[in-house]
Amino acid sequence: MSLEVNDLVIEIDRRRVVDGVSFSVADGQRFGLIGESGSGKSLTALALLGLLPDAATASGSIRWNGTELIGMPDRELARLRGDEIGMVFQEPRTALNPIRTVGRQIAESVRIHERIGRREARERAVAEAARVRLPEPDAIVDRYPHQLSGGQRQRVAIAMALACRPKLLITDEPTTALDVTIQAEVLKLLLSLAEEHGMSLVFITHDLAVLSQVATHAVVLEHGRVVEQGPVPTLLTAPSSPITQALLRDATATLWRPDAGDDAKGGVA
Amino acid sequence: MMPRWLRSLLSSRTGLFGVIVVLLIAVTALVSLFWTPFDPMLSDIRGRWAAPGWPHLLGTDGTGRDILSLVMAGARTTLFVAVGSGIVATLVGVALAALGALTARWVRETVAVLVDILIAFPVLMIAMMISAVWGGSLWVVVFSVGIGFGVSIARVTRPELRRVQQSDFVVAGRASGLTTGQNLVRHLLPNVAPVFIVQLSWSMAVAVLAEAGLSYLGFGATLTEASWGTLLADLQRYIGVHPLTVVWPGLAITITVLGLNLLGDALREATDPTLSRRGAEVHVPAVVA
Repeated sequence: MSLEVNDLVIEIDRRRVVDGVSFSVADGQRFGLIGESGSGKSLTALALLGLLPDAATASGSIRWNGTELIGMPDRELARLRGDEIGMVFQEPRTALNPIRTVGRQIAESVRIHERIGRREARERAVAEAARVRLPEPDAIVDRYPHQLSGGQRQRVAIAMALACRPKLLITDEPTTALDVTIQAEVLKLLLSLAEEHGMSLVFITHDLAVLSQVATHAVVLEHGRVVEQGPVPTLLTAPSSPITQALLRDATATLWRPDAGDDAKGGVA
Repeated sequence: MMPRWLRSLLSSRTGLFGVIVVLLIAVTALVSLFWTPFDPMLSDIRGRWAAPGWPHLLGTDGTGRDILSLVMAGARTTLFVAVGSGIVATLVGVALAALGALTARWVRETVAVLVDILIAFPVLMIAMMISAVWGGSLWVVVFSVGIGFGVSIARVTRPELRRVQQSDFVVAGRASGLTTGQNLVRHLLPNVAPVFIVQLSWSMAVAVLAEAGLSYLGFGATLTEASWGTLLADLQRYIGVHPLTVVWPGLAITITVLGLNLLGDALREATDPTLSRRGAEVHVPAVVA
C-alpha cells in the first residue's frame, strides 16, 4: 500500500500553484508535507483525493498501489475516499455538519462503504467514538457539533476519517486550530491510531515542532516547488534551504514560549 | 416518541397556533366532502341575505346560499391550492437552485440568468399565459403560483446552497466517499432547509391570496367550485348593505395566511438545532447564582 506522487502540477487559471512536486510514501510510513501558507501543501493534499475545487486542474501522476488517480472518474474515486484513504481537515468548527448528530457523521462513511443499517451504524459510531477517546461515547453520539469543544470536534473528525480503517490518512494542519495542550493530545492520539492499524500518514503542517513529533520523512514546499526533502532529523539539524531555516526559527520560538511569557509579564508589571 | 423538532415546534406558541390552523383547515376540508349544514350551491331566493342565526349560522348571501357551508367547502379549494402550489414551488425551486449552484460553470450561470428573467414575470402573467392555453381552472392557480414562487425560492436558495457547498463539511463529506447526489441529500439540502421552509410557507400563504385574486379575475375556481376568493369577491360588492357577510371569508383567509406564516417561522426555528432554546438534551453548564 504505497502512494507515489510524480511531477504533480496544479493550475488555477493557467497559474501554476503547485509545480512539479514528487514524493512517495511507503506502507506504514509517517510522512510530512511542510511549508508556509500558500505554498501549495493543502492543494496537494486535496489533489491526492481528487477533491480540488472546480477552478483547479491537476496533471502529472498520483499512484495509489499502482493505480493512477489523476483522471479517474469521480464515482470510482468516491469508492476510495474514506474507505482506503481518509482525510482530517484543519478547522473542526466547520468540518462537521452543524445540523447532524455527531454519531451519524462518524458512521457516515461506514454506511456508504459497508451498507449497514441504522441501529448497527449507531453502535459502530459509539465504538469509534470510544476509540478516539471521546468522553461518554454512548451519550456524545447523540449530540450536535456545537455542543462539543474544539478538541472533541477534532476527535470526531478523526473518528469519521478512520471509521472504515483506511490504509492512508491525510491530515491537513489537524492541530493548528486547537490550543497547545489539546494539540499534544490529538497528536498522540493520531500516532497511536496510526501505529495500531499500520496506517500510513501524510501530515501537513507549517510547524516543524509538530512535525518533529509525528513524521519520519518530509518534503518542504515553497511557492509550489519542493525545495528540500529527507529524513526529519536531518531537516531539523542541518536545514539547507532558507525557508526550512526560517520555519525552524519559528518552531523554536514556539518551543521556547515560556521565556516569551516571562517577558510579557515583566512588561505588564 | 416524538422527534425533537416536533416537540420543539409544539412547545412554541406560534408553532402551536400554526399547527392548529393547518389542522383545522384540513379537518374542515375533509368534513365538507361528506357533510355541510346546507348544500353550498343551493340557492334560496326567499331566504337571501339572512342575518347570522338559526339555521344559517353565518347568514346567507345574495342568492340565499349558506355562508358557513360555502366557507367550509372553500377550505377544500384553499387546501388544494396551498398544497399543490407548495409542491410545484418545491420541485421548481430545488431543481433550479441545484442546477444554479452545483453544476458546471456555464450551466450555473445560464440558470442564474434564466431565473433572473423568470422572476420578472408576475404570477398573474404566468396565470394568464397558462389559462390562455388550457383554460381557467384551479390547476392554473396551482401551476402559476407554483412556478412563480418556485423561481423566487430558487433565487433565494441558490446562493445559500452555493455557500453551504463550499463549506468544509461538504468537502469532508466527499472525502468520506459521498457522491454528489448523496452529499445533496445529506448535507446540502438539510442545511438550506431553514431558508427554504420560510420561503415555502410564505409562498403557500400567498397562494391562498393569489387563488382569491385569480378566481376573482376568472382564471381560477369555476362557478361550481366554492372558493373564499370568489365568495369574497361576490359579497364585497354589497359591503355597503350587508357588511357583516364579507367578514367570514375574509377572516378565513386572514387566519389561514397568518397560520401558515407562523408555522413556517416556527418550523425554521424548530429544525435548527443551534437555535433550540429548551431542547432537553442541550448540554448547558449549570450556573449557580
